[in-house]
Amino acid sequence: MRRLNTNIINAVNSHENSITVNFKFNGKIYKGHKGESLASALIANDIAIVGRSFKFSRPRGIVGHWSEEPNAIVQVGSGAGTVPNLKATQVELYEGLEAKSVNGWPNVNFDLMSISGFFERLMPAGFYYKTFMYPRKFWKTYEKYIRKAAGLGKVPSEPDPDFYEKLNHHCDILVVGAGPSGMLAALQAGRAGARVIIADDQSEIGGSLLYSNSKIKKMSGYAWAKSIENEIRSFKNITVISRCTVFGYYDHNFLTMIERCTDHQSLTSDLGPRQRLHRVRAQSVILATGAFERPLVFANNDLPRIMLASSVSAYINRYAVTPGEKLVVCTNNDNAYKTAFDWKSLINDHVTIIDTRRAVQSEVIERAKAMRIKIIHGHGVIEARGRTRVKSVLVAPLCMSGKEIIGEATEIYCDVVATSGGWSAAVHLSSQTGVKPVWDNEILSFRPGQAVQSQKSVGACNGSFELKECIEDGISVGASEAKRLGFESGKPKQKIDLPETKDEHPTQEVFCLPHFKPLSRAPKQFVDQQLDVTAGSIELAAREGFESVEHVKRYTALGFGTDQGKLSNVNGMAILANALGKSIAETGTTMFRPAYTPTTFGAIAGREVKKLFDPKRYTPMHDWHLENTVEFENVGQWKRPWYFPKSGETMEQSVRRECVAVRNSLGILDASTLGKIDVQGKDAKEFLNRVYTNNFDTLNPGKCRYGLMLKEDGMIFDDGVCACISKDHYLIHTTTGGAANVLAWLELWKQTEWPDLDVFLTSVTDAWATATISGPNSRKLIQKVCSDIDFNNDNFKHMEWKQGLIAGIEARIFRVSFTGELSFEINVPSNFGLYIWNKLIETGAEFDITPYGTESMHILRAEKGFIIVGQDTDGSMSPMDMGMDWIVKSKKDYSFLGERSLIRADIVREDRKQFVGLRTLNDKQVLPEGSQIVRSKKQTIPIQMEGHVTSSYFSACLGHPIALAMIKNGHQRMGEIVYSPQSDGSVIELRIVNPVFYDPKGERQYV
Amino acid sequence: MLSIYCPYCNEMRDEEEFSYSGEAHIKRPEKPLELTDEQWGQYLFFRKNPSTLHAEMWNHSSGCRQYFNVVRDMQSYKITETYPIAQFPESLDISE
Ligand SMILES: [Zn+2]
Repeated sequence: MRRLNTNIINAVNSHENSITVNFKFNGKIYKGHKGESLASALIANDIAIVGRSFKFSRPRGIVGHWSEEPNAIVQVGSGAGTVPNLKATQVELYEGLEAKSVNGWPNVNFDLMSISGFFERLMPAGFYYKTFMYPRKFWKTYEKYIRKAAGLGKVPSEPDPDFYEKLNHHCDILVVGAGPSGMLAALQAGRAGARVIIADDQSEIGGSLLYSNSKIKKMSGYAWAKSIENEIRSFKNITVISRCTVFGYYDHNFLTMIERCTDHQSLTSDLGPRQRLHRVRAQSVILATGAFERPLVFANNDLPRIMLASSVSAYINRYAVTPGEKLVVCTNNDNAYKTAFDWKSLINDHVTIIDTRRAVQSEVIERAKAMRIKIIHGHGVIEARGRTRVKSVLVAPLCMSGKEIIGEATEIYCDVVATSGGWSAAVHLSSQTGVKPVWDNEILSFRPGQAVQSQKSVGACNGSFELKECIEDGISVGASEAKRLGFESGKPKQKIDLPETKDEHPTQEVFCLPHFKPLSRAPKQFVDQQLDVTAGSIELAAREGFESVEHVKRYTALGFGTDQGKLSNVNGMAILANALGKSIAETGTTMFRPAYTPTTFGAIAGREVKKLFDPKRYTPMHDWHLENTVEFENVGQWKRPWYFPKSGETMEQSVRRECVAVRNSLGILDASTLGKIDVQGKDAKEFLNRVYTNNFDTLNPGKCRYGLMLKEDGMIFDDGVCACISKDHYLIHTTTGGAANVLAWLELWKQTEWPDLDVFLTSVTDAWATATISGPNSRKLIQKVCSDIDFNNDNFKHMEWKQGLIAGIEARIFRVSFTGELSFEINVPSNFGLYIWNKLIETGAEFDITPYGTESMHILRAEKGFIIVGQDTDGSMSPMDMGMDWIVKSKKDYSFLGERSLIRADIVREDRKQFVGLRTLNDKQVLPEGSQIVRSKKQTIPIQMEGHVTSSYFSACLGHPIALAMIKNGHQRMGEIVYSPQSDGSVIELRIVNPVFYDPKGERQYV
Repeated sequence: MLSIYCPYCNEMRDEEEFSYSGEAHIKRPEKPLELTDEQWGQYLFFRKNPSTLHAEMWNHSSGCRQYFNVVRDMQSYKITETYPIAQFPESLDISE
């Protein structure tokens, strides 16, 4: 065991409060402490290899201690609740936790792929791009191995057993990150009275102070942070949310954050929502997201137990575990010296500092000397050695710039290497708002660019890496933002203790250490460990002509892992800049996009799953449909009866029966979903004249008219029957799916171009239930249920409507037909829909009334050549294309919507696709809808497309298949034979015919 | 997600309550049938694509259902003003 026998104040594992738990890693049971990270427990159990690398299958160990971790990626749990791709550094330990490495085949300690070794030669930069261009045979051979290697974890195959929720917030100031600067910013703003939310992704707030043993006045940094936290929590106007990652920063200060509520307890606990998505709109955002330490790049730097210096300190100070016994610190800056101090004071004397800088003066260096820590200046670690973990490092003297080796290397034995190449500000969130980060050569880091939203960056994420600066920055920005929003502190400002300023010697501009061999031939120097991107492959990309960072990233996959290149981006850019002979500022940066860290789909979906995923709309007759066997079809959000199978019937059989019943006797359709818009006002008629192609001047009360609406480009947009209720009152019907769009379209014109018209539009779709009875016996039925209307053909003509009592209910009866048969559409207030439906079914029994669904409705109308907007049209058909010239009537006063477009050169050209019918020469073949039509059986490439099939059915009434199609110049090609090649290689022969297949003279609806 | 001030509701509301409705201040020609194809095409198809302030029409579709105009910066997405139909913006000259 590698636990420290210590009572460090900030240690999660200090003796008083540690609870021992059992956990499983890669099938073996270990002991750990509740609440420590899985990574810490693995280190305590002396486990060095936690996975295999993505491409080369090299053994990999823990590098970091939080979200920057590239290697320790685990699958947690099993079964339905299993979660892939968690970082062991962020998983909090609980009793019974099970984790597996996601990479490593057949297991992490013995790996077939690394033995074979050829994968290394096989996968240079741009591997995937290159492979797809080379012979396919090659790809097929290795695909299964590559796929196995490439997967990161397994998604559960069962539905998620957990639930998630969402919360919306509005606040004055959102502070992102509760490190020293974030805490102080929140405190100052809270003291002034602003409503503040402070979100932090760790289990405890305090940021870097949780992990360091810095001193502030006489207090430890940790105790100081606790005192600040206590004051923050005393304010009612400050909301602290821990274990909460702000992962997206969008327009107008809208941010999304995920709170992990129960993940640290167990994966399937019944304690409430597993995660919570917070949606925050903030007046001002203060980003205090900190910085990531940058590893130095050198040969074999991916060996297990080569870690970030700050992470080595973190494991010692917060978790009281040690990754080894003998430390080499490899640095170009002062900061990493703290790791040597932590080691020396809490572990042992075996620590050596290798500093790339020549002998320099600074407070930490003086202190190191005073502590008798061995420092080798002007040297760098150029190569690590070892098989499954680091055993030694090669250390060589470097020139002034650190770019060349100027002498013999010596080997130093060690079992831990702490590396530090400086710090990179976490500019991810500010970058998500569209602000390009700016390179600052003084601090060797990017800084956030000029903010476009009401936003400030403070502390390390703004390039202030020194503790005192961070705290001061937080204090001043917290206060000034509160003041800007109109909050002035009434209370006297309490004094906040500050740490002392330290004299630091600047970080040296070294990213990748030299080797005796050139980059391409030296042992691999890893830049992005998660995706196995080496310094050599970045250099190769530059040699192959890639100059833009964005291209190099895609070519090499740099920064494309689940860590989004938190450790690798800057090093990668520095290496690219060097290869291109440019500066980092010239090479540029890439933009960061949401999500900052991987995010569960469950939290994004929240409660909008299963029943609540999408609302369902039911007609008033729905209960009757359920009581009788029915299959539903989804039409928009509506559940519409599709067909009504009798026992033992297939869909085909029931649809045939339904169609024949309508043609021979009587059918009934639930048409309640049809869109209905009530149009009233003195100018209602003028309004309709402007939006329809027809002339409505002649439409008098009691009459109905089929109308077509066009968009301004002359293309058919919607159709339906319009009824004149009274002089200033009309009811227009729209397609079921188009109802909302039509209303918005009509409102647009009414509100913007014609505000002077006296007209009111109201959606009444849900107010009416509609039962359509259709067939030769429909008059007989309606006469039986309605006695106050004379249904005689001379009194109640086709395309008329009348008001009457049906079974005591006021009804509007429209004599219109979508089947070509005598039909009546009976409209009653929704609440009476089911009652009237039952009445009609009951009374119609003597005519063997047959309920039919949308499928039969589609066939019956296709037999008549009636179009369905959205099926036979797709927004590129004019009325002329559909053979509906008769419906276009120019009106004197106002040119109706789309009229001018109908005489555009492109609309009047002859070879436009036109609406026709198609008959298969073989009467058994039903054409698949969407089939393409060609002119000849022997097509030569490029094949000339003549058109496509829009509707196709078998017509039981006619005894043969029918189809509707759009074919070039089709109206002039009646009788012509054309062909339709199918995906199985066959070709269907067709004849172009009139689209009206049944009752071509249209007599049946007039009887 | 944008935060938009509806000049009819007189409130800041989230973008998800609104729908976008294209460029604002496009007047339908008075006599369409007297226009050439090119003139009609200008009205029908040609839209501005500025990299700075742009006047656009929005509809408070899940709210009061009114159409109104918004002036928005096409790079920063900052909204400088919203105003009812038939009024003109202060932050942008739309005369050209
Ligand atoms: Zn509104």
